[in-house]
Amino acid sequence: MSDLAEAQPVLSTGARRRDLVIPGLLFAAFAAAPFLAAASGAEGYVLSLVTRVMIYGLAALSLDLILGYGALVSFGHAAFLGIGAYAVGILASHGIRDALVQVPVALVASALFALVTGAISLRTKGVYFIMITLAFSQMLLFFIRSLAAYGGDDGLTLPARSLVAGQPLLQSDGRLYWASLACLAGTYLLCRSIVASRFGRVLRGAKENPTRMEAVGFHPFPYQLVAYVISGMIAGLAGCLIANQTEFVTPAFMTWQRSGELIFMVILGGLASLHGAVIGAAAFLLLEEQLQGLTEQWRMILGPLLILVVLFARGGIMGLLQRGRHV
Amino acid sequence: MNATLLLVQALNGLQFGLILFLIAAGLTLVFGVMDFINLAHGVQYMVGAYLVAAFTAWTGSFGLALLLALPSSLAFGLLLEAVVFRHLYDRDHLDQVLATFGVILFVDEGVKFVWGAAPLNVPVPDVLSGSIELMDGLLYPVYRLAIILAGLAVGALLYVLVHHTRVGMLVRAGASNAAMVSALGVDIRRLFRLVFGFGAMLAGLAGAMVAPILSVEPGMGDTVLILAFVVIVIGGIGSIRGTFLAALLIGLVDTVGRAFAPDLLRVMLDPATASQTGRALAPMLIYILMASVLFFRPSGLFPTKR
Repeated sequence: MSDLAEAQPVLSTGARRRDLVIPGLLFAAFAAAPFLAAASGAEGYVLSLVTRVMIYGLAALSLDLILGYGALVSFGHAAFLGIGAYAVGILASHGIRDALVQVPVALVASALFALVTGAISLRTKGVYFIMITLAFSQMLLFFIRSLAAYGGDDGLTLPARSLVAGQPLLQSDGRLYWASLACLAGTYLLCRSIVASRFGRVLRGAKENPTRMEAVGFHPFPYQLVAYVISGMIAGLAGCLIANQTEFVTPAFMTWQRSGELIFMVILGGLASLHGAVIGAAAFLLLEEQLQGLTEQWRMILGPLLILVVLFARGGIMGLLQRGRHV
Repeated sequence: MNATLLLVQALNGLQFGLILFLIAAGLTLVFGVMDFINLAHGVQYMVGAYLVAAFTAWTGSFGLALLLALPSSLAFGLLLEAVVFRHLYDRDHLDQVLATFGVILFVDEGVKFVWGAAPLNVPVPDVLSGSIELMDGLLYPVYRLAIILAGLAVGALLYVLVHHTRVGMLVRAGASNAAMVSALGVDIRRLFRLVFGFGAMLAGLAGAMVAPILSVEPGMGDTVLILAFVVIVIGGIGSIRGTFLAALLIGLVDTVGRAFAPDLLRVMLDPATASQTGRALAPMLIYILMASVLFFRPSGLFPTKR
């Protein structure tokens, strides 16, 4: 992991410009996708697949913020997806269908959950951190599953997608697509500025060498906690979008397998580049889609593939791209 | 709630705790000695259960099936070690988590491919079927008692192995400082293979023992795996004693909590709310317990690393 951090020294303007190429291409592709989808003849399918890619990209992005830049291996990140989704689902079942209420509630709930669990989890290190974040997400999963009033194990069907200021702005798949793209792009820019800021440097410093950070006068804990809360809120936003896309919320959003998949997306794309996480999410979901079409036992292919990626493709897709550029 | 019911639930909790101990023991030693985090340990448990189901169907005898399942789970564990895990020892925890997650995906699906998605049933062996009366009005299934006894016996054996043999001494030394043990001329990799194989076999044994009382199905290892992690984290990674106590604690809290949380809450709340909250709270209890233990002791109850 450390070689990735070293690969990001103070960038020359040339490198900085090159650094914009990949995210630029990525977002251009997202912007062009609806038009290509219309031409492809399977518009609905392509649109919903790419929307899903962007939503999971958003969740993976949030994980990359703490995993890539803070080395905080959260194995319970799917919990925040669940919080976001259930905020939408539970409010909608009480007749509150406006996203202007649902999204802030989801963000506040995610932030509170992250604040409390983060404050406890960050006292631990290494594998204990992995396990305690896992434990908290399992705790929430069991809690949600026991809520019989909101569907329990079976989940909850939304009456319809969220309204925006009373208007049915998200009802068509096309509109939801643009809304998801706006969320992803806005969050990406926000995260970019976070990691480039003084705050982001402290976070990265604490990842590289916490003792040295303490010695130069920074106590990592508050920085890590704030990063964890921000990350949780972004994942909560992704949860709101998922609920709106599927129009169905289920405890399956927050299983530990889902958390594992999120980590895989980040690793597959390449740690600590932000857009790498989005690319990883895209690669994972497209791969999953392909394999599912191929055979019912697609996980028998996905599992070994995952192992191979870990063993041989260090640095993920972004690593491969960068290596190609240096040669 | 009455005393007999409480006792039955306590015995169930003890039995569950001992099963958890068999699984967690291998996990904590592997982690303690090699700093290797193995999510695929739950797979060993599942494979143990499937092997005993398959061998029982083949030989018609549970005892024979158990005898065959043990070496087979050992072989399966060593195979996984040679093919995948061996290449991950020098990697960080993140890589280990991911790669072993891949193993879970593969084996869960593989089991479904070979034996189908439907749960298998293994009959309770005739010798151990039926119930005996432990006390006045307290009937308890013989098979569950047998599990408790077997679990205690294996626990005692493990204690003797780890605390009173030369190999055990090396394992304990490895758990507190692996680099130093290696520097003193011990082949730490071979030691690890030994520990790993033994741990895999114990998890397989746990799976085989519960096969007659649970349904054998794909993914059965995943829930247990998470509980086993809760156990080793509470106990302190690398400590057999801590794992044993934590396993019993988790087994009891989970079982008794599920049975009595609604009743206990009824003291404070009205019945409907109490049963609703109780059912919501019970599965969360062990995670709350884990969080509070880690809050006060971030390295578990019995930390081994200095």
